[in-house]
Amino acid sequence: MSDFDAIVVGAGCAGSVAAYTLASAGKSVLVVERGQYAGAKNMTGGRIYTHSLAKVFPNYQEAPLQRKVTHERISLMSPDSNFTIDYAARELEEAGKESYTVLRGPFDQWLAEQAENAGAEFIYGIAVEDLIIEDGKVKGILAFGDEITSDVVILADGVNSLLTSKAGLSKKAPAIHQVAVGAKETIELPADVVESRFLCNPGEGASWLFAGDCSNGIIGGAFVYANQESVSVGIVATMSEVLKQDIPVYQMLENFKNRPEIKPLIAGGKTVEYSGHVVPEGGIKMMPEIIGDGVVVAGDAAMLCMNLGYTVRGMDLAVESGAIAAKAVIKALDAGDTSKAGLADYKTMLDSSFIMRDMKMYEDAPEFLENCPGMFRGYPEMIRDIMTPLFKVDGEPRQHVMKLALPPVKRQGLFKLAKVAMKGVKAL
Amino acid sequence: MIDITVNVDEKLSLNKFEVDEENAHIKIKEGVKASDPEFQKLVMCCPAALYKMPAEGDEPIFDYAGCLECGTCRMICGETILEKWEYPQPTMGVQYRFG
Repeated sequence: MSDFDAIVVGAGCAGSVAAYTLASAGKSVLVVERGQYAGAKNMTGGRIYTHSLAKVFPNYQEAPLQRKVTHERISLMSPDSNFTIDYAARELEEAGKESYTVLRGPFDQWLAEQAENAGAEFIYGIAVEDLIIEDGKVKGILAFGDEITSDVVILADGVNSLLTSKAGLSKKAPAIHQVAVGAKETIELPADVVESRFLCNPGEGASWLFAGDCSNGIIGGAFVYANQESVSVGIVATMSEVLKQDIPVYQMLENFKNRPEIKPLIAGGKTVEYSGHVVPEGGIKMMPEIIGDGVVVAGDAAMLCMNLGYTVRGMDLAVESGAIAAKAVIKALDAGDTSKAGLADYKTMLDSSFIMRDMKMYEDAPEFLENCPGMFRGYPEMIRDIMTPLFKVDGEPRQHVMKLALPPVKRQGLFKLAKVAMKGVKAL
Repeated sequence: MIDITVNVDEKLSLNKFEVDEENAHIKIKEGVKASDPEFQKLVMCCPAALYKMPAEGDEPIFDYAGCLECGTCRMICGETILEKWEYPQPTMGVQYRFG
């Protein structure tokens, strides 16, 4: 007889949702979280698409989300110019399609509270050191010297999951071209200042992604998210790429903050936190095995993340994978078979969910971006060389648009650009 | 390397940390030099700038106290110059209030 039906490692999006789902079905659940509270070790850019959250919590709007994103901004940044698209559409504000800026501290605590109210037990401040494995089956955890047993262990211990490899489901660490390092400052500003600077109505906010010179031309990007009473400003860069240039990650962020396009957004604000995180950006190819005997993996630990450049997703996948994992575990518990075969429904359900559908669809996106250096150095400059003459009035003779645009395009190679565009359309 | 204009320690001082004075959760292997290309990678990638070049000599400078627990060094050098990468001891390390 095990101490619990299920033990969940990690109280993030995947873990707390799994615990909530299990507890709601009457299963005994223990969540072990190494932070002193849920979210204490977690960080996002960030924005969450709430479609999957809404399925689990019809009351999700009570969650401490920051602002509903009503402006999608994307910029291509050269060293001395910045080209921005600002897109707003009522449809993107509709229930089931909307997204919110978010801070994980308050949000994760709310999620954990929902699980706790449903009957899940939580232990905080202790990291799970090891798994109890007998005859190849995971039978529980070892935490702070204590053995706690369960019929199933759900690994939702994040991108630095040390337990997936201990369970024999993954290699020790991903390759460094598959992971990006992120750094972020949270900068406090009054709500009305945020709204006027980001051109948003009260309660509404903006997501703003940048590519190009902000990462010194390597694969990566910068972001700015408008929160309720703060702005999140950060940088993300593929680790293997950081090594190809000479600006350390923390200085990249500082340079970005000092850009004339960014400075006025955060002027007078007070930085209240500096955070760092690793983002699994390798897509489906870097996923571990997600089921073992007595164990399943969800969220970042399963490397469920998608970076398409214009859309970055992780938390909506984590929420859904946590819910699906829990459903599969409930079924396995009820059937009395928590072996790998007994838990197989997790994969079946994941495969038919939007998670694997989208992960498969964007399978080639990471490689497309890897093989498209122009996006980060070249195209932002090309756009500058087209746009600047368009707006420049200096008394010199003017030229027709076609004549202005062609030379910068030719410098990149018309044929090459067409090829990249074709590949991009396919991969994204 | 280019000019560094930012004081990362100042940024780290804004965070809430419980520093474990007794136990280093990350350790570099004995004998690793600052000029080691592997160490250079960490100088470039650690967002908390915990891996630093010495003003003179070749002894690497590393302090785990301001660690953001992102795992970047684990992924880059976990198999090379790091002797260990663990989570901090219970209740220790960074406590993100915003995240």
